[in-house]
Amino acid sequence: MKKEPRGWRELPIGAVTYKLSLEYKTGGWRTLKPIIDLSKCTRCMLCWLFCPEMAIVWSGRDVLVNYDYCKGCGICAYECPVKAIDMVPEYS
Amino acid sequence: MIEVRWYARAGQGAWTASNLLATAAVIDGKYVQSFPAFGPERSGAPMFAFTRVSTEPILIHSMIYEPDVVVVLDPTLIPSRDTTTGLKNGGVLVLNYSGRVEKLYEVLGINRGLYKVYVAPATELAMELLKRPITSTAMLGALVKATNIVSIDAVVKALKERFPGPLAERNIELVKRAFEKTMEVYM
Amino acid sequence: MLKPRVPLEEQKVMPVNGDEAVAYAVKQCLVDVVAAYPITPQTIIVEKFSEFVANGEVKTQYVPVESEHSAMSACIGAAAAGARTFTSTSAQGLALMWENLYIASGLRLPIVMAVVNRALSAPINIHCDHSDAYGMRDSGWIQLFVENSQEAYDTTIQAFKIAEHPEVQLPVAVNLDGFFLSHTLENVYMLPDEEVHRFLGGYRKLVKTYVDYLNREVEYKLDPANPLSIGSLDLYDYYFEHKMPQVEAMKKASDVVRRVNEEWYELTGRSYGDGVIDSYAVEDADAVVIVLGSSAGTMKYVASLMRQKGFKVGVVRLRMFRPFPFSEVRELLKGVKVVGVMDRGLSFGSYGPLYLEVNTAFYYSKERPLLVNYIYGLGGRDLSPAMAEEVFMDLIEVAKISEVREHLKFIGVRS
Repeated sequence: MKKEPRGWRELPIGAVTYKLSLEYKTGGWRTLKPIIDLSKCTRCMLCWLFCPEMAIVWSGRDVLVNYDYCKGCGICAYECPVKAIDMVPEYS
Repeated sequence: MIEVRWYARAGQGAWTASNLLATAAVIDGKYVQSFPAFGPERSGAPMFAFTRVSTEPILIHSMIYEPDVVVVLDPTLIPSRDTTTGLKNGGVLVLNYSGRVEKLYEVLGINRGLYKVYVAPATELAMELLKRPITSTAMLGALVKATNIVSIDAVVKALKERFPGPLAERNIELVKRAFEKTMEVYM
Repeated sequence: MLKPRVPLEEQKVMPVNGDEAVAYAVKQCLVDVVAAYPITPQTIIVEKFSEFVANGEVKTQYVPVESEHSAMSACIGAAAAGARTFTSTSAQGLALMWENLYIASGLRLPIVMAVVNRALSAPINIHCDHSDAYGMRDSGWIQLFVENSQEAYDTTIQAFKIAEHPEVQLPVAVNLDGFFLSHTLENVYMLPDEEVHRFLGGYRKLVKTYVDYLNREVEYKLDPANPLSIGSLDLYDYYFEHKMPQVEAMKKASDVVRRVNEEWYELTGRSYGDGVIDSYAVEDADAVVIVLGSSAGTMKYVASLMRQKGFKVGVVRLRMFRPFPFSEVRELLKGVKVVGVMDRGLSFGSYGPLYLEVNTAFYYSKERPLLVNYIYGLGGRDLSPAMAEEVFMDLIEVAKISEVREHLKFIGVRS
């Protein structure tokens, strides 16, 4: 990796960002954090469907949250039909 | 370079006639321009189309203000001032007219001897052969008789390119009949 | 004269108007995707091309969209996926594309667009002026202007080659005057398909770029096998750096436009000046006009008549407006006493955009000509031979008194 900040001659063509977007971790934006109660969760996957950040992950057995990218919007908790998701303060 | 101004009502095919003349001239190996002057496009409104034919490439891209030839597709437009405006002295006037020629100069409101005037009964011929008062191709035939800008063979080829089979045949017949019926008015 | 590779006898002469000439050109250019929305006076391009698609005469994917904003969006997506892409519009349609024009150039996508020049509303008008093209002058597109239907055909083909040149990689707008060209049938010589394919080197070739996070050089396109983030967030840390390659590509575009003009000459026997500037009787002229588009033909015609009467007048037609050929204009008009700059459009509260550029071209030269700006032909008002002569006579008068009393003049408007 070349060192930053780069000069313009060192950039790829056409507004290709020098970093992959995965490197921009947006989890730090959160004030509320979703906690999934797996004993209540029916694995219906509605939270996965509604999450605007693709931060809900299916492990093959459980529904998990990728906290690197979850911004804490709470849509998953709102949509959960069995109220298995709680939004709790990030720092408490 | 010969400049032709077509004067008609929108829907009578002046632009088509202009394009056919230009296409025929291209077949004859000439350089051309053909374009309409579009106003608000409503059927029946008076409109102009223009054709330039030359043995040299054509540079100018303005409308035509001093035509060598004026073709009028609709008899009701003949009395209008726009018929002869800017027409060069000694220029050619080709009219869709089947009235009494004695009255023509009175209708036109011009002095005798200023222009060469040709008339063709285009509406009657179009009604007979197309069953519609579309006078564009008939007046193209009249123009060819009056001016020899293009050959009649080239016009036939242009019509075959422009129209599908039976329609081309009817229009070719119409062009030829109009060519025969076109008369110079001497007075 | 060099014998062209395809002599005139082997080119097919077609009586077509400017719009049709563009459609026929696009048909021969192995275009992968066309997305366009019809608007007068561009409509014939879209009609004719969709006819080719419906008849199976081209393999192009035609995307009928619901607006020009979507047309440009679809083109951006297609071009980013590696497709050779074309669209076309006029006036309000171009205005509706506006935000996407900057995205096309910022992403360095070699889209070709025919802009059939038409006045902007209000009041609504369908006829020619250059206010639409002037509106996109800062958007990072190369802007070429053509004089006749033949040049519309030739330039549309050339535009793909210019846009896709590895050192350019910028979108190109080919401007043709609404009605004066779009609806004007002229003789147009067309090449055999395979000669156009050969000229363009077949389908679009992609450029390669090194991407750190993939750790290798990849083709610049959206590809699931080599995923790239393009055009995502850049703040004050990198946005400025991402703009600089656009500046550089524009600098290189002039030479490419010139070279493509030369190659076209070798292929067809036709060229347009040096590709950037096309001049007429400038060498010994006392008064010269600079003009864009079809009006140049009328000005040349009138200049030839005036020369017969002993007036030393000349015409410069700029074929390329962006990038603007500053040094070329300066060199060509060195020693000319007066220059009239004719704008078919203006920047309200300022002068005509072409005039501003010509002023800039001369600011640092010692021998500056006197400059006069003529605004003409708004909303399709015809530039008649009489008006053309009026401009030349006015310039001759300025030369005589060696003073410009009015810098901004309006030609052919009722007072």
